[in-house]
Amino acid sequence: MNKQRKARVLVAKAGLDGHDRGAKVVARALKDAGLEVIYTGLHQTPDQIVRIAIQEDVDAIGLSLLSGAHLSTCKRILEGLAEKGLEDIALVVGGTIPKADINQLKEIGVTEVFPTESDIDVIVSFFTRISQH
Amino acid sequence: MSLEEIKREQKKWAAGYEIDKMPQRKSDAGLDLSVLYTPIDLESIDYNTDIGFPGRYPFTRGVYPGMYRKVPWQMRLYSGFGTAEDTNKRWKYLLEKGNNGVAVAFDLPTQLGLDSDHLRAEDEVGRLGVAVDTLRDMEILYADLPLDRIVSSFNINAPAAIILAMYIALGERQGIPPEKLSGTLSNDILCEYVSRGMWVFPPPSALRLAADVAEYSTRKMPRFYPFNIRGIIMREAGANMIQEAAFSFSNALAYIEEICSRGIPFDDFGQRISFFFATGLHIFEEAARYRGVRKLWARIARNRLGAKNPKSMLFRFTGTVGGSCYRAKEPLNNLVRGAYGLLGNILGGAQGMLHPAWDEPFAIPTEESALLALRTQQILAYETGVTNVVDPLGGSYFVEALTRHFENQIASEVEKIDKMGGAVRAIEEGYMQEVIASEAYRSLREEKSGKKIVVGVNKFVSEDKSQSESERAFHKADPSTIGKQVQRLNTIRNERDHNSVSAALGELREIAAGKENLMPYLIKAVKAYASIGEMMEALEDVFGHFREPVKI
Repeated sequence: MNKQRKARVLVAKAGLDGHDRGAKVVARALKDAGLEVIYTGLHQTPDQIVRIAIQEDVDAIGLSLLSGAHLSTCKRILEGLAEKGLEDIALVVGGTIPKADINQLKEIGVTEVFPTESDIDVIVSFFTRISQH
Repeated sequence: MSLEEIKREQKKWAAGYEIDKMPQRKSDAGLDLSVLYTPIDLESIDYNTDIGFPGRYPFTRGVYPGMYRKVPWQMRLYSGFGTAEDTNKRWKYLLEKGNNGVAVAFDLPTQLGLDSDHLRAEDEVGRLGVAVDTLRDMEILYADLPLDRIVSSFNINAPAAIILAMYIALGERQGIPPEKLSGTLSNDILCEYVSRGMWVFPPPSALRLAADVAEYSTRKMPRFYPFNIRGIIMREAGANMIQEAAFSFSNALAYIEEICSRGIPFDDFGQRISFFFATGLHIFEEAARYRGVRKLWARIARNRLGAKNPKSMLFRFTGTVGGSCYRAKEPLNNLVRGAYGLLGNILGGAQGMLHPAWDEPFAIPTEESALLALRTQQILAYETGVTNVVDPLGGSYFVEALTRHFENQIASEVEKIDKMGGAVRAIEEGYMQEVIASEAYRSLREEKSGKKIVVGVNKFVSEDKSQSESERAFHKADPSTIGKQVQRLNTIRNERDHNSVSAALGELREIAAGKENLMPYLIKAVKAYASIGEMMEALEDVFGHFREPVKI
């Protein structure tokens, strides 16, 4: 990416779950750290998220999931990105993710997983770092 | 000792012990707390008019004269998962153990009025609650559980009117008429726009549906509570204890004013509005807040809403310990947090408790953890003696001063929203949403900096991994749920009388476009086994869909 440009992150809420405390907190923290943040709002489908990611030309997607539907949702977003040849957009997942599912998520191509109670500063520095690649 | 003498002594004491050099402490909602409270802090508080007697205006000390002397609070557990059969089985287990009511958790598709076979529903069917598509699911949910013997509370807002229609139709099948049905419907759609996102229609149409429910039940169901105002949804999203109460009051006022505008006096339904608040771990502050909240609600009901019947002035609430107080790290600590939070609720005078199990931050509770949550309540009620005396904190210099503080703070926040044009306007403009997001961010920063202590998380952190979540047995979502659920829905779609379904749905559209109460038409559609998705779609054709003000 162009190094002069501020890194752009799409904070996304997928599916029916509407708990957006985590998503909004992360969005604010990323903004505070100087990143460009776009928030999708609630109830997005994987297709919608991919479309917004393309429209907004983001470097990474921060997907918040609390309902337990993380595996299927991530799979569809990754497939959608791959179809457009956009595998370089990092998909980072946060929320209620059981430990047992973290490896599985990474195997299908999720860049990183931040389960509930992850350190906000670690999340911020992670996004800052991947955006600089 | 006169107040003057006390003042003099207090000054001497404070100077002698360098009290002003003590570490600063703030209340959970940011008030600077004194080291000590004395009669000086109660100077402007009058016993009869400000504190009074339980069961009498202004109800500061409690809504009932004897409070827990006769019976302790109602002990409920929030449960529902998978198919109706699974939930029915869990309910029977809990009722056998002495639970005296059920609070129904619906899955997300049901909460958004989507059928289980909807494309968007797929991953969520039966995951976070029970799936209800048609009346058939309700029939199975309540198999062998007669509606006149079990107290139900339904946590559902956008399709609340449809769930009520199903409940009425189910009662009819069981031979129980509407006037004998008791229970509570949350029916608080405004909190969803503020915090949890379970909205479908734009606020004005949603408000009409909520009022239709209230109007219908006011005329036909004297034992039914058509509103349970959900402060908890906003508190858990980040609101502090003042904002939770104030936003809840503003939302409640929006419903009440809508219903009153139909010519129904507040006294006809005011006594069947209840609240559901979350309680944090600051025991005395929470107890004081509930005292102040009761007093303020009584004042609003009497002076602003014109209540004449003292029963419509009562702030009756179910409390819970906010899941946001719980942590996934060293999860058994949540059992202890829960017990302290519970104490704050009871000292605050809760009518019911919906106590969370210790494993709720990361899983649907197991039978064992759900039972422990119930035991926590039973031990407090029957072993500790807290139920013996009404409002045991009354007269505490600290608690009385805080009670006054909370009453004033909440009142001025309600006034602020009034000036914006009321709750609907404040929500459409994103005001409440923004306040809550800022508060959530602030609270996270405080925990991060160590200013707010969480044992085992940011202080006294243990390296011992023996309590890590991976080793514990969690309730697993059943992947076969969706198959079973969709199959049942398909069977019903094939068996039902198509003509009566489409006639009922057509009628629903017609009535939605006018002003008539929708309840009788929803009941008719439900009885024809129209699905929740079909009824919601019919309404959406007329009402449209809400556009969220997306802000960060």
